[in-house]
Amino acid sequence: MKQYLKAKGNSVEHVDALHRNSDGRKWTFMEKLLLGLTPKEYLQQALKNPFNWILAVIFAIGIPIMIGRFIFGLSWVTHSSCDYPWGLFLGFGLFAMVPLSSSGFQLGTACEVFGRHDLEPIERLALLNGLLGYFFAVMFLLFDLGQPWRLPYPMIVAFGPAAVLFLVAWHVATYLSVQIAEVSQGFFEWMGWPAGKKAVRKITLGLTVSGIILSTLHQGALGALFTYAPGKVHPLWYSASFQWLHFFVSSIPGGLCMVIVVSTIAAKTMSWRFDDRFKTNLDKLTISLAKGATMGLATYLTIKLIGVAHDNKWEYIATGWGAWYVAEIMFGVIAPLAIFTYSIKNGKVGLIRFGAWLTVLGVVLNRLNTAMITFNWRLPEREIPHWREAIIAITLYSVYIVTYRFILYRLPIFYKFKTVEVPVEATAGVRETVSLIEENDLPDAACAKESISLSGRRLSGIETAN
Amino acid sequence: MKRRDFLKGCLMCSAAAAVGTGSKAQAAGSFEGYPDAMGVLVDLTRCVGCRSCEAACNKEQRLPEPDVPFDDTSVFEEKRRPTERAYTVVNKYETGQGEPVYRKIQCNHCNEPACLTSCFVNAYTKTKEGAVIYNPKICVGCRNCMIACPFNVPGYSYSSAFNPVVKKCIFCHDTRLKNGRPPACVEACPQEVLTFGKRADLIKLGHERIRETPTRYYDKIYGEKEVGGTGWLYLSSVPFDKVGFDTTLQNEPIISNVKDFLGMVPMVLAIWPALFTGVHLLSTKNKDGHDDHDDSHNGTGGH
Repeated sequence: MKQYLKAKGNSVEHVDALHRNSDGRKWTFMEKLLLGLTPKEYLQQALKNPFNWILAVIFAIGIPIMIGRFIFGLSWVTHSSCDYPWGLFLGFGLFAMVPLSSSGFQLGTACEVFGRHDLEPIERLALLNGLLGYFFAVMFLLFDLGQPWRLPYPMIVAFGPAAVLFLVAWHVATYLSVQIAEVSQGFFEWMGWPAGKKAVRKITLGLTVSGIILSTLHQGALGALFTYAPGKVHPLWYSASFQWLHFFVSSIPGGLCMVIVVSTIAAKTMSWRFDDRFKTNLDKLTISLAKGATMGLATYLTIKLIGVAHDNKWEYIATGWGAWYVAEIMFGVIAPLAIFTYSIKNGKVGLIRFGAWLTVLGVVLNRLNTAMITFNWRLPEREIPHWREAIIAITLYSVYIVTYRFILYRLPIFYKFKTVEVPVEATAGVRETVSLIEENDLPDAACAKESISLSGRRLSGIETAN
Repeated sequence: MKRRDFLKGCLMCSAAAAVGTGSKAQAAGSFEGYPDAMGVLVDLTRCVGCRSCEAACNKEQRLPEPDVPFDDTSVFEEKRRPTERAYTVVNKYETGQGEPVYRKIQCNHCNEPACLTSCFVNAYTKTKEGAVIYNPKICVGCRNCMIACPFNVPGYSYSSAFNPVVKKCIFCHDTRLKNGRPPACVEACPQEVLTFGKRADLIKLGHERIRETPTRYYDKIYGEKEVGGTGWLYLSSVPFDKVGFDTTLQNEPIISNVKDFLGMVPMVLAIWPALFTGVHLLSTKNKDGHDDHDDSHNGTGGH
């Protein structure tokens, strides 16, 4: 799209309101889907994007293998290991994607609970990042489960309430619904269904608070899952008392930095979708997020060290695994911590973005280390995932990226949707006032468009006054 | 001086009392196993590695034909583990002290099984006879039990595309144990390595054997205390870590590691709503009593 727009200049009109700017006609659903282009133009821009060609290659190879997994079973795509029952699908797909999706509850809390309205331009990106991360973590889970069609069993057929996974299942399911509701506001705007948005707006605080509860618990629960395997997880990555805290606290910088990373990629690839409000605020927002991430990282570093000290595991640091542990902490925690501290103070946003990448990779590495790389550290052989398993993971992640891009291109995430919904649903009394104002102030409406936007602005003023 | 000693004594007494009650309170939370649960005492000193138990298990559980016949001893070149095709395997260990030691591996039928407590659909049951059995009809296939099992026992039938299930020793529960009969492997053993009986009696028997011939045995019954106690118990001539046993296991059941976290859950559920709603009210109500929300997303402002 970026390339296409560069070639076309500014002649393309973006969908950013229910009505077209040029002639005031309502955008049709199809036009909205095609970003206001004709099907031919849409195809042209898609083909112009080199990234789409890479995706095409990935899908051409990956999708048949994905289908094969459900026809030939797990043994066709994995090593069928009994010692390493969880491979890339869970080690990466579930354990690494969920902490990077904690952004939704954090920005939701900051904006809706703590009243930090200055963060609102990026709130929707954080919510969407949360929703998609969780949704695709569940997708990865479906590929991993032996009998994925039984996924609803813990909800309806048989209950194991003493199991941590039971808690994870229930919380992820509930939290997904909460996140869908939170993100749906933008969807309702885009579709032009103000009633839906209004209904969600009413329960936003409730949704946000349940989001905090569910996030605290299941981010922690993913860590607590490993306390079932005290002898298998390497002692440096294991802490009977603090495992859930380690996972929960590291998810905080993880989620915030993932939002920085996504906004960085978006700024490079789809800045045409940004409105001025997002564009001008982005640097400031990035610094705010980095401040949060810095506190998270500092806390995480402290409790990681407390974890080692609490069980007196210092001797392991001197081993080969210890060196790997130190590398993970240096690269994924201490380095970004130092970078953030320096660059926040000096306002170096580019450097912050680099630090955010490091943090995200550090969290992913930590989860891979816990679930796969150091798992079964006492067994002589380490398992390297089957190539088909790796291809499915890459393909599914690409589907995640495509879905992410599809939504960012369309829904009002990076821009405000200019709805003129108010006159439609305003009460008769308000409508009279509006017409009075219009008659008094604007006897000769110069052009229809201006009068609509103006009346909208007036109305909002009236509403606040009332 | 006397007064000081007295005070010291008092302090030590109260400290001891505190520690004592503390450990008792902890013990009260764990399950010691059904009183009449059966078990098997495995005396490694008697095992000659004939693999009759493997063959008997294969027949009883109708498992697929093995790649290597049961009288072939070449399998001892590798260390094997139970899989979907073999619920029990025997491994050979050269200990450097004369004769090699053979060790039979199968599900140990824990008193408080980690597989059972980690299962989110409750597919596992610890029966009053002592077997840990599994219900394949409700298993979702998350394989958390395989992660949790401290003995690396459960196998999974990965090769099945439409009905993969966990495969592990069930103590011949359906065909034998339920009716009071010993499992197939015990019956097949020509060396009386395996003794079937009530777990409580087997522990006594094991200690008796150690006392009678202390030179023959290493002074420990493996499984008496490990992860809360197991139904299958082991005697060995050499330290257990020399023959592949995990001697670093905790004595508390695996579930006790998770209890801290599980205990926190209802607290979070109960406290967070009031806490965060309260914070919201404190931080967003301004002096005029109005919420200063700028309604940035309803699109009527700005632009």
